Amino acid sequence: MSKITLKVNGGTHTVDVDPTTPLLYILRNDLNLQGPHFGCGLGQCGACTVILNGAAVRSCILPVSAVRGEITTLEGLSRNGQLHPLQQAWIDEQAPQCGFCQNGQIMTAKVMLDKNPHPTDAQIRDTMNNTLCRCMSYNRVQAAIKRAAKTVAALDNAAQEKEVVA
Amino acid sequence: MIPQNVEDILLTHRRGFLTTAGLLFIGFAAPASPAADAPGPYPLVDPTRLDSWIVIHQNNTATFYVGKTDPGQGTGTGFRQLMSDELDIAFDNTTCIMGSTDITVDQIGSGGSSAMERDSLPMRRAAAEARRALLEMASARFAVPLDQLAVSEGVVTVKTDPSRHVTYGDLIGGGKFNITLSGNNALNVNGKAKIKTIPELKYAGKPTRRDDIPGKVDATTKYSVDVKLPGMVHARNVKPPYACATLTGIDESSVKSLPGFIKVMSKGNYVAVVCEREEQAVRAARQLKTTWQKPATAPFPSSDDLFNYLRTAKPVAVSTAGPEAGALVVGDPARAFQNAAKVIEAEYEIPFQGHTAFGPAHAIADPSNGQMTIYSNDMKTYGMRRGVATFLGLPHDRVRVVYMPGSQGFGRTAAEDAACEAAWLAHELGRPVRMQWMRDEETAWDSKSPAFLVKMRAALDNEGNLNGYSYEARSCDYNHLGYNEPDTTLIAQLMGQRREKPAAGSAATPSDMYAIPNRGMRGDVVALPAIWETPLRTGNLRDPNGPQAAFASESFIDEVAAAIQADPLDFRLKLLEAGTGDDSGFRRARSLAVLKAAAQKYGWDSRPSGKPRGSGKILTGRGIAYTFRGQSMVAQIVEVEVNRETGHVWAKRMVCAHDCGFVVNPQSLLTSLECGMLHGLSRSLHEEVRFNTERVTSVDWISHPTLRHADVPASVEIVIVNGDPNPGRPDLPLYGAGEACLKPTMAAVANAIHDATGVRLRRVPFRPERVLAALRAAGV
Ligand code: FES
Ligand code: FES
Repeated sequence: MSKITLKVNGGTHTVDVDPTTPLLYILRNDLNLQGPHFGCGLGQCGACTVILNGAAVRSCILPVSAVRGEITTLEGLSRNGQLHPLQQAWIDEQAPQCGFCQNGQIMTAKVMLDKNPHPTDAQIRDTMNNTLCRCMSYNRVQAAIKRAAKTVAALDNAAQEKEVVA
Repeated sequence: MIPQNVEDILLTHRRGFLTTAGLLFIGFAAPASPAADAPGPYPLVDPTRLDSWIVIHQNNTATFYVGKTDPGQGTGTGFRQLMSDELDIAFDNTTCIMGSTDITVDQIGSGGSSAMERDSLPMRRAAAEARRALLEMASARFAVPLDQLAVSEGVVTVKTDPSRHVTYGDLIGGGKFNITLSGNNALNVNGKAKIKTIPELKYAGKPTRRDDIPGKVDATTKYSVDVKLPGMVHARNVKPPYACATLTGIDESSVKSLPGFIKVMSKGNYVAVVCEREEQAVRAARQLKTTWQKPATAPFPSSDDLFNYLRTAKPVAVSTAGPEAGALVVGDPARAFQNAAKVIEAEYEIPFQGHTAFGPAHAIADPSNGQMTIYSNDMKTYGMRRGVATFLGLPHDRVRVVYMPGSQGFGRTAAEDAACEAAWLAHELGRPVRMQWMRDEETAWDSKSPAFLVKMRAALDNEGNLNGYSYEARSCDYNHLGYNEPDTTLIAQLMGQRREKPAAGSAATPSDMYAIPNRGMRGDVVALPAIWETPLRTGNLRDPNGPQAAFASESFIDEVAAAIQADPLDFRLKLLEAGTGDDSGFRRARSLAVLKAAAQKYGWDSRPSGKPRGSGKILTGRGIAYTFRGQSMVAQIVEVEVNRETGHVWAKRMVCAHDCGFVVNPQSLLTSLECGMLHGLSRSLHEEVRFNTERVTSVDWISHPTLRHADVPASVEIVIVNGDPNPGRPDLPLYGAGEACLKPTMAAVANAIHDATGVRLRRVPFRPERVLAALRAAGV
């Protein structure tokens, strides 16, 4: 066992665990987060995705001792009770069925849009291709991503205009 | 206030439900476990008491209690729409609690797309009766006759003097109705009030956002995997490395010194390890040294030999009832084949396909207070309660199942395995146990949809008319799993429990309304050599064997149409129109309606298929298929692009026309249909369980692949059809939705591939290697 400090969703947590433990179990069982899910434990499905230093990583295969930097989970996307535009788009498109995979869908899409605010259809399919859904909500997820991209662009424009005015 | 037998429990739960807007309030956020709050026993809820179904609160809100579960299609929102309408209360002021065995009546849970069609009726009757009772209370309070009262959104007003009004909450808030419904079970209960007609419904019929979605996108939904209880420990199974192996030894010293290790627990061939922490249990299960003896004979043929096996094995059961034992016969098919000018034959093969639920099986079992509480996403929680109680030898009222959302059901969670495992471990240890399967375990050992081998024959007369038709199916479905039966769940099998007579399984015949003068259909069930302790256990995967039957029958109808150079749509319409009369659900008329609607949406032009082959790398084609499930009619058109160099198939466009009668929530129907169609596409293109003669080798998302983002059609289009001859009738029925829409997909895709390439694929799935081999063999 060893003491490990994690920065998650703006807070700091110290846990005393086996350093080889996959980050997923720490997030779920020690930090009581329920956004990241266990789907495969093999890095194949995306259910466990978190954002680590701006990248989408699969916490089921990442030893907790290897974590350096800030972790954001699905819980950390909303700000001041305001849903992230992605989350709102997911509701507007009624994307989830059972919802179990949607953590992976949303977090992977978030990183994609952060890097590429205007993805083409082909880029969406390509970037999302290893994020699986057994309810087959893919069509709605893709629609939600496009919808969110528009909202984010509109928000950015508004923010820029504000800056110019200021 | 609330009926005595559920009072404590209801109050406990209601407090939680009200503070969290319909979400269970348990686990780390609650100081004590819910079992401690509600010490039991946990008898079933009396369906004949109105108070079992509806509670009205002082603030003029209502909670509906229904014995259904919602694996992600939005049925809970649909129940709220219907019950709000019948009760005349604002939809936004209602919540719906589902499927927990001690607080909701036993409506079985979910399955068979029966939510709206069958089980919404008693809910509506209860809500209508509550409305009637409330109006009588208001009538007494205002001393005015009933016909002088109006009610809207939970407020009763005196028509002649609108200043006199009272809310439902003021009339009864927190109190009980004390009304006994007629009938004696959750299907036939009824009150004195009549339910509304279709035109009188206000919320039902309107596209409505699902109430379960916000929590699923902001991580506030508490799934059953999220339950944490004080003192809870973690368990993992150690599965036999070979099917039907016998455990010969456990070397506990191989894990004894691991941190957090508690115990290896075993009985018969069942082995599990229990540790303090989850990752410790994962590690200990991997590290535990066990020895096993292989069975003397191979438990099954390899997946490559499966269809040869099915072809030659002796059937164990005939599942299709009919005039002649085991067969459905119209006219004289034998004679039609004797006199045929031309006979067409084809054989179709559909392999085992896995549920491969996105989240593996899991359950949390709490043995506190000498009771057993199971937290689970089981679709059929009531069956699970019976199964767990019988398995442990506990009185049924000492067991309850608390239903919580989980990864999709699709039948896998009706034949669930983890609950009996967690319950047995918790019972033995005296501590709450959380059991979860690993991915390889879930994919290899979950329940499978039966493999099918179907032989089809057609007899054409001199004019090329389809005069004789024969369907002979062999379904590999013996010992089909029940709903958490204590002797078919895997742990029971591994512990050596055997039922005397395994379930016969089924071999479905096609669902269509074609009028063919001489028709014979037969379904036989074939058993694999091993039927116990095997990973090739069959269970319901949505419509359990409809897609298999439809793949054969609707591919074959296309083959017959192609043989006589007929357009496949025209050919189907002609076969339907050749029939006279209709059944009580107007299935003939509605079959025609969905086919025509799909064709119109697609822009179908009449021509035989396959069309003249293009010369480029990408060949395109379109295919149609139609079928029904129960009274839900569906026609689908798929347009494909086939890459002749790689064999890759992309379904570029999918069109579906769907008629399930009155639609309660058009919005959730659309999304459910989209997802169902894509599931059908996934089964067409990717899914097959692979195995050698010792074990299943499909163990993850590579070896049992599934549809991915890149496979999604550029366009998925749905037409909701109401093909009833009297579409506006006030008693238009509500039929099931969800399962029917994936039934014709495999055939529609195969028909489209044939149209594009001229090559007929009769073996599912259409993976690139198989398609390419078929193209090469045909010289394409
Ligand atoms: S659970 Fe991590 S990728 Fe599947
Ligand atoms: S919504 Fe159920 S797995 Fe994706």
